Amino acid sequence: MASAAIPAHPATERTNYLTNGFSVKSWLLTTDHKRIAVLYLISITLFFFLGGFFAMLIRLELLTPASDLMHTDTYNKAFTMHGMIMVFFFLIPVVPATLGNFLVPLMIGAKDLAFPRINLLSWYLYVLGGILITHCMLTGGVDTGWTFYTPFSTAFTNTKIIEAGLAAFVAGFSSIFTGLNFIVTIHRMRAPGLTWNRLPLFIWANYATSLIMILGTPVVAITIVLVAVERLFHLGIFDPRLGGDPLLFQHLFWFYSHPAVYIMILPSMGIISELITAFSRKRVFGYNFVALSSVAIAVIGFLVWAHHMFVAGISLYAAMVFSFLTFFVGVPSAIKVFNWTATLYRGSISYATPMLYAFGFIGLFTIGGLTGLFLATLGIDVHVTDTYFVVAHFHYVMVGGVLMGFLGGLHFWWPKISGRLYPEGWAKLSALFVFVGFNLTFFPQFILGYLGMPRRYADYSHMPEFQVLNVLSTAGSSVLAVGYLLPMIYFVWSLRYGPLADANPWAAAGLEWKTASPPPTFNFDETPVVTWEAYNYDEIELKEQKEVAVG
Amino acid sequence: MSEHAASRTFYVALGISLLVLTAVTVFAAFVNLGPFNPVVALLIATIKATLVVLFFMHVKGASEKMTGAVVVSGFFFLAILLALAMADYLTRAWR
Repeated sequence: MASAAIPAHPATERTNYLTNGFSVKSWLLTTDHKRIAVLYLISITLFFFLGGFFAMLIRLELLTPASDLMHTDTYNKAFTMHGMIMVFFFLIPVVPATLGNFLVPLMIGAKDLAFPRINLLSWYLYVLGGILITHCMLTGGVDTGWTFYTPFSTAFTNTKIIEAGLAAFVAGFSSIFTGLNFIVTIHRMRAPGLTWNRLPLFIWANYATSLIMILGTPVVAITIVLVAVERLFHLGIFDPRLGGDPLLFQHLFWFYSHPAVYIMILPSMGIISELITAFSRKRVFGYNFVALSSVAIAVIGFLVWAHHMFVAGISLYAAMVFSFLTFFVGVPSAIKVFNWTATLYRGSISYATPMLYAFGFIGLFTIGGLTGLFLATLGIDVHVTDTYFVVAHFHYVMVGGVLMGFLGGLHFWWPKISGRLYPEGWAKLSALFVFVGFNLTFFPQFILGYLGMPRRYADYSHMPEFQVLNVLSTAGSSVLAVGYLLPMIYFVWSLRYGPLADANPWAAAGLEWKTASPPPTFNFDETPVVTWEAYNYDEIELKEQKEVAVG
Repeated sequence: MSEHAASRTFYVALGISLLVLTAVTVFAAFVNLGPFNPVVALLIATIKATLVVLFFMHVKGASEKMTGAVVVSGFFFLAILLALAMADYLTRAWR
């Protein structure tokens, strides 16, 4: 009888963004930023597992020294597809397009993004780019690596360069639209009282990311067009036989593609700031430094691109300048790491799953970042260029950094997105699998690279002593795969069977926690007025103590 | 209404002038100006880009300071690309 008097599902009685229409049309033509975020989440997850499939093919091939699983040409296509899918269809959009799309309006007290239809268009462009790359993959693929280096890409290979380039071109416009939307929204639609100094650091990070998307992506789009023009019409842009300069391609490509690394990592850094504060119950140490270091990374990140070209034949003097600037970009990243660590000091730390991912991020990103300084050093770079050392370095940043941040954020905001709690025990187990699997996969690659194993080779039978480390790496990738599959299973499970979440299950600061879980279509019943600083955990703690005393 | 019609006429005229400048670019490409061929082509391209930015992108007459900031940032980052790429190109032969 008592249970009949209490509504069984009080949180789901009100219409929310998930229950506001169930038809396919209501999803495919939605302009609700939260639904678009869910559409992105589904499509990006599909591409993540497709990219992961190619990663497993690569690791299986390298299990033995001989090229015995696939033909070497097929191997070239496998690592190209792995790189293209992971970079353009997973790492670049994963945080801004999913968590960013969902959270930016919620965190600033807005009803939606500034241009909801452009937001939907950006998802359709992403899907169109995805269809193009899938078609390219199924009809022959491309074998240049995701970097499309000339003159191989323009004058020699007969694989589907133009179609693959078009896929990246279209996906690039998707991210330009996302960046444009975020910049205008953050400038124009903040709730009253939400000044720049009160913005959550996730917003600062997405703002800085959007600047790079807007300023950098058009350059790579034009570069792809130039590759197509040279291939189709033999105009001399990159081919020296036609009066072009092959290094010009690398300059243009990396002018975008190095800052693209910051497109990937900055939003994850924003997530980590949110997690560290929420699970240590403290305001972030040095708010202004953490906020402005995001912008500093975005700006300085545009000055370092030629460190990818140290052995390509660029001027020694330019190389020295780029080497110095690369060391310089490490400073704002280090500020973040030190400030997160200082935030933990005397914090009331709890070890929920999102915090485990945050700890993982700090450790792995630090290794990834510091090995980046090895590569910024001209002499060492000459030794390890195009070896597995480089592969290990950027996977520590992109997988150890971006993916750990994304998974941490997804667990943190899952109750807000779905209105359900995930199973904490399974989640902690999967975090452990991811951390152990990741290190087992990629740490041996540092040693392999330092010993001289080149990247992008299917066959290392002339160096059979490399096999032990490769076996370890392949074994680690299997553990990592289990770590990624587990969340997929329990998140889907929680949609139906997870306990209902209240508005603020973590007792966290931030406007997104002041509305229902899942939020209503227009986010807030009344526009919130912000009268407090970001991460005011001291005030929240005092309020809780007063409530307990009164209770 | 008349203002709208006038602006439409202006934009059509501007569009036609861009097409004319494109024709001039093609014509200039067939005239042997020696090292000045790329200079002329780039000059015409710059004029066209300026027209597009000022009028089609409504930068001229924009009252918001932010518009100016956006344009300046765009050109600033283009300048970084050109300056640092040229820093390599022009010093490659130095030993």
